[in-house]
Amino acid sequence: MKICVTASSEGLQAPMDSRFARAPFMVFIDSETGDAETIANAATSAGHGAGTQAAQTVTRLGAEVLLTAHCGPRAFEVLAAAGVKVFGVEGVTVSEAVDAWKAGKLEQLENSDAAAGWAG
Amino acid sequence: MKVAVASGKGGTGKTTVATSLALMWGECTFLDCDVEGPNAHLLLHPEIERSAQVTVPVPRLHEEDCSYCGACADFCRSHALAVVPGKWMIFDQLCHACGGCSLVCPTRAIYEVDRRIGEVRFGHAGPIRFVQGELDAGEAHPIPVIEDVLKEAGDQGDVIIDSPPGTNCSMIAAAEAADVVLLVTEPTPFGLHDLTLAVEALKVINRPAAILVNRADWGAGEVHEYAAREGIPVVLEIPHLLVVAEGYARSRPLVESAPEFRQDLLGLRAALARTIQERAA
Repeated sequence: MKICVTASSEGLQAPMDSRFARAPFMVFIDSETGDAETIANAATSAGHGAGTQAAQTVTRLGAEVLLTAHCGPRAFEVLAAAGVKVFGVEGVTVSEAVDAWKAGKLEQLENSDAAAGWAG
Repeated sequence: MKVAVASGKGGTGKTTVATSLALMWGECTFLDCDVEGPNAHLLLHPEIERSAQVTVPVPRLHEEDCSYCGACADFCRSHALAVVPGKWMIFDQLCHACGGCSLVCPTRAIYEVDRRIGEVRFGHAGPIRFVQGELDAGEAHPIPVIEDVLKEAGDQGDVIIDSPPGTNCSMIAAAEAADVVLLVTEPTPFGLHDLTLAVEALKVINRPAAILVNRADWGAGEVHEYAAREGIPVVLEIPHLLVVAEGYARSRPLVESAPEFRQDLLGLRAALARTIQERAA
């Protein structure tokens, strides 16, 4: 299964970025093999609509799980429609977040927790 | 003559000046283009006779025709569309109404419906024909509302356009509709800084400018130096008057609170006409 984690730099040891759509990088991890691929998040430069754009990046690259801290309403709606499960976590590295998810320690977000246009 | 009353900085006195200009010029059209917070009616007290909705076309889907290929979402620069397997989503408030999605759709599954984003109101304040646009709360794109107001400028007679503050697309739209732009500024670091931005913006769209310094008794030396460097005339100075502020708080226009400026505002017509001629020459 592919997992997407929002990150402030590249690779598994990168610190997470707590924002979803405005995070500079997304790290995609294969939960079976542990292989990681980092992509630059094109949505960071969007004037508006970063949420819908970033959510579609996640779904197109085939992630079924997203680990991030804060997610806006439009992004959440797109992710929910695509069946992507969102789990809340912050303040750790990408690999620590994945380990926490594997250990079942993370809570699934049921709703958006940030206002549209939030880039805190 | 069409004159837009604009400023870089907000709160410099655009509406105060624009409304009193209209009152002194008498028979004219007043267009309140500050659609995110129109307030000229508070000083002009027009009678509103009718209103019209402002709508923009937004995409909708014939689901049975959609292949969920995502071409529409790829095309959409506003990221107003999202396509995931089996689901097509439109976020109306992000849509810039360009129509591109329906053009690129290979199965012609997308059609458009009109969506209301605001209102234009029409009325009179004595001899002044009054038109006001207002963007609905929560809407993000004021330009279609401003454009509908500006359609009322016509080809004849005097038109006074109360521009939105700032130097963004809204202000540019208002300024482009004018023959000359009266920039209302105040002698503060913020006022001068934003005046500079406004002057630079007007150079890009090639509109002649004149400057009115409000609260000029605070020390307008730097504004004059700047205006001289740029070759822009300073056509009027108004001091900071408590009586004007008190009148404003009671919905009284400048020319009623401070009638000593009536002649000056009347005379602005000639000064602005000269500004246009000098640019043309």
